[in-house]
Amino acid sequence: MTDTLTERWEVICPQELVEPERGVAALVAGSQVAIFRTYDGGLFAIDNRDPIAGANVMSRGIVGSRGDAPTVASPLHKEVYDLRTGECLDVAGVAVRTFPVRVRDGMVEVGAR
Amino acid sequence: MTANLVVVGNGMVGQRFVEALRSRDTSGGWRVTVLAEEGRPAYDRVRLSAFFDGVSARELSLHTPDDGVDLRLGEPVVRVDRERRLAVTDHGEYPYDALVLATGSYPFVPPVDGTDLRGVFVYRTLDDLEAIREHARGRHTGAVIGGGLLGLEAANALRLLGLSTHVVEFAPRLMPVQVDEAGGSMLRRYVEELDVKVHTGTATTAIRPHGAPGGEAGTVHGLVLSDGSWIQADVVVIAAGIRPRDDVARDAGLDVGERGGILVDAACRTSDERVWAIGECAAVEGRCYGLVAPGYAMAEVVADRLLGGHATFPGADMSTKLKLLGVDVASFGDAHGTTEGCLDVTFTDPATRVYAKLVLSDDATTLLGGVLVGDASAYPTLRASVGGPLPGPPLALLAPESGGAGTGAGIAALPGSAQVCSCNAVTKDQIVGAIHEGCADVPALKACTRAGTSCGSCVPMLKQLLAVSGVRLSKALCEHFDHSRQEIFEIIRVRGIRTFSQLVTEHGRGRGCDICKPAVASILASLGNGYVLDGEQAALQDTNDHFLANIQRDGTYSVVPRIPGGEITPDKLIVIGEVARDFNLYTKITGGQRIDLFGARVEQLPQIWRRLVDAGFESGHAYGKALRTVKSCVGSTWCRYGVQDSVGLAVALELRYRGLRAPHKIKSAVSGCARECAEARSKDFGVIATDNGWNLYVGGNGGFRPRHADLFASDLSTEELVRYVDRFLMFYIRTADRLQRTAAWIEAMDGGLDHLRAVIVDDSLGLCAELDAAIARHVDSYEDEWRATVDDPERVRRFTSFVNAPDTPDPSITFEVERGQPVPALGERRPVVLGLPTMGARQ
Ligand SMILES: Cc1cc2nc3c(=O)[nH]c(=O)nc-3n(C[C@H](O)[C@H](O)[C@H](O)COP(=O)(O)OP(=O)(O)OC[C@H]3O[C@@H](n4cnc5c(N)ncnc54)[C@H](O)[C@@H]3O)c2cc1C
Ligand code: SF4
Repeated sequence: MTDTLTERWEVICPQELVEPERGVAALVAGSQVAIFRTYDGGLFAIDNRDPIAGANVMSRGIVGSRGDAPTVASPLHKEVYDLRTGECLDVAGVAVRTFPVRVRDGMVEVGAR
Repeated sequence: MTANLVVVGNGMVGQRFVEALRSRDTSGGWRVTVLAEEGRPAYDRVRLSAFFDGVSARELSLHTPDDGVDLRLGEPVVRVDRERRLAVTDHGEYPYDALVLATGSYPFVPPVDGTDLRGVFVYRTLDDLEAIREHARGRHTGAVIGGGLLGLEAANALRLLGLSTHVVEFAPRLMPVQVDEAGGSMLRRYVEELDVKVHTGTATTAIRPHGAPGGEAGTVHGLVLSDGSWIQADVVVIAAGIRPRDDVARDAGLDVGERGGILVDAACRTSDERVWAIGECAAVEGRCYGLVAPGYAMAEVVADRLLGGHATFPGADMSTKLKLLGVDVASFGDAHGTTEGCLDVTFTDPATRVYAKLVLSDDATTLLGGVLVGDASAYPTLRASVGGPLPGPPLALLAPESGGAGTGAGIAALPGSAQVCSCNAVTKDQIVGAIHEGCADVPALKACTRAGTSCGSCVPMLKQLLAVSGVRLSKALCEHFDHSRQEIFEIIRVRGIRTFSQLVTEHGRGRGCDICKPAVASILASLGNGYVLDGEQAALQDTNDHFLANIQRDGTYSVVPRIPGGEITPDKLIVIGEVARDFNLYTKITGGQRIDLFGARVEQLPQIWRRLVDAGFESGHAYGKALRTVKSCVGSTWCRYGVQDSVGLAVALELRYRGLRAPHKIKSAVSGCARECAEARSKDFGVIATDNGWNLYVGGNGGFRPRHADLFASDLSTEELVRYVDRFLMFYIRTADRLQRTAAWIEAMDGGLDHLRAVIVDDSLGLCAELDAAIARHVDSYEDEWRATVDDPERVRRFTSFVNAPDTPDPSITFEVERGQPVPALGERRPVVLGLPTMGARQ
């Protein structure tokens, strides 16, 4: 991820708490962040707020894939988002913010910009 | 021996003729002379307007140098001496053995004053266009007389020259020859959008010069229209139609057609056997053709004849497709529906501004013609189908981008904003939305969206949309599997697959999605895979199944404890009340005779359920695609009419099938007598007591698509009843599509209810033993999901708000109070309620 641009990393949790193909929500500097692990072990972090429904639920969506893109589907109305870019693949122009995320010493860390 | 061939006119058709003859006359039997009026060799007149887009005269040229033809430019034939077989020009006389007239057309100029003024032009040749361009320099306004194909091309030309442009059309619409009224008005909107002012139903009565002194005497100033209005125009283009150039032929005594044109037979031969006519000047068996394609066909015919062949003119297709002012316009076949008894199918989408019309034979099987405005991508297929059977359902063919037609793919390409039902202004998006919510047939769509309820003309399109979505719903589950739910069920069952990963690796692709994962989770659960949140299965579950509760709009959940048969003790009622009070939950009685508690945050769910489980409650599976409730009336226990213990049976059935995962939710009810107070016939399976036992009904539905259940069997003993319901449910679970309720499942079944009876009662498929065993397994292995959850700290751990702050509630969830209960504080997101009653209800 964009390590070099990130000034401050916040330690979130032991990495095993982010199970494959599930998400967890975390509070990072007052924001809600949804952190996901894909089947191949990739870690992604996006804004936990469903931009369409307005509720903080993204971490509870189903993780999967569309084509090559690792995805999460909003649990409310099932719009699918590309985990890498935050872009909504079903509604043009909609996107969620993404956050840098990494594992250090067994701990998941999210970059707070 | 070499013979002399003289060709009069070097237009598009004359040129094609010379090329055709040259390429086939390999022995050099004909010496060819071409006498041409225009000062430049043949060019692509069809693309003439491209000249204003910057395409040069040279690029438009069709001429091939050194073709061995004696081409005399700027030397028009003034007379033909048939007796002496001479074509006469001002420069000389050219003897011929064969004479081919390809003189084309001239623009018709209406007989009004002022057509000879400076600044008034026709639109036919490159010279015309050069003159227009020259004159327009430094001028500001323009007008075109004629709103047909040519007129609109000319209007666009004037626009491109920077003139503020008017179009005056005598007919009530633009392009009257090609399009009908509705197409014309669609076209008008496009044209007006380009700042071209359109005047239809109006004639030009005079073209007026600048009044001397002061103005430029003899130069056009504007038009007087038949309604008395005045249009100022520094440039006027007359595009009021064309007439065949038959003057030389006429003077030579050749026959001409009734409405002009050099009369020729199907071989394109005139009344003089040495003289032929081709292109726009020819009236083949009396009919003139104002398009280039028929002219080319004539050129081939005469080339063949002159080389000893016997070709005849095959008749012509007057179909046209053009881009006018950036608008696709096409008309083909009998575009105006002149055939006796023919039918029109039309489609208008004001949003994308597409208009289309098909003309069909009286029995709607044969395509006769049509008009497309705004999107002509279907033109090739449609034109190709004229005179033959329809290549697909009419509306699917009309839908934009159905160029590949015949597949119904067209409808899929329709923009979501397209109005499918114009009577009720229902868009494709709305219909597709309704289908996704479960509308499975036309009546359901009608009930739900009102589409198709007025004139009914959009019903075929509704069917198309259903078919298109149905394909996706029923066949390939999603992009990760090519199989239907039923096929996946069989794969998992037969191969003994235990995990999604194994399934998707061996039988699918990618990592799944919100469609296939919950479906597979449900199948695994139906096949008795134990606790639904263990191991990998957890990641498959929809959030509802994952948190064993129903997510609500604000991200909180609702909790529904099971109340079998709707029967509950006061003590248990009190517990529910206390829990609701302690956790500040909104409570509501459901239609399924239980109590729904709303507003629980994720981290509260295990605490709430700890209390409920300790008081003897179980999960109500309101979150699952599973059995919901078996509703009941009080039956014979209390009711003076009751003939059986409906509550007792309802409780037994609900306990038997609780937790059974299925393709969709399952609802049931039991009524104690024929009065049917429990509304059992609106359920997936319903039971109504009789004097002799029970009647079983199946395939009912409530909701947006009400359907009464059908009588499956009568006067059953309780034992028989349970056996049939067992098999009914298991067979449904095995064979239905994802999200297919029992009503749609039975309707879609080959053989319908009779088949179902044969399978369940007569064991026609030899499946009953398996079905019975599967239910027995379910009953034996049932355990309450919520008890299993709250008893296991590992499982409880999943119910945290934030992984790094497990005890911090989601700060974005807040409530306000409405009618004494907490409701989500949505602020601006709260939907606007229209005219909510402030009725004076006494409290
Ligand atoms: C702006 C414009 C757009 C068009 N768009 C389309 C289109 O999209 N699709 C389509 O199918 N058609 C279109 N057409 C029509 C198409 O151009 C004609 O059908 C085609 O050019 C006919 O070819 P022709 O050889 O018969 O006539 P022309 O191409 O008109 O050629 C006749 C030639 O004969 C010459 N001539 C006449 N009398 C004499 C004489 N006595 N001696 C010597 N020479 C003579 C004329 O000067 C002319 O050069 C369009 C026409 C115009 C003007
Ligand atoms: S259905 Fe019959 S038994 Fe049940 S409440 Fe109604 S009248 Fe009574």
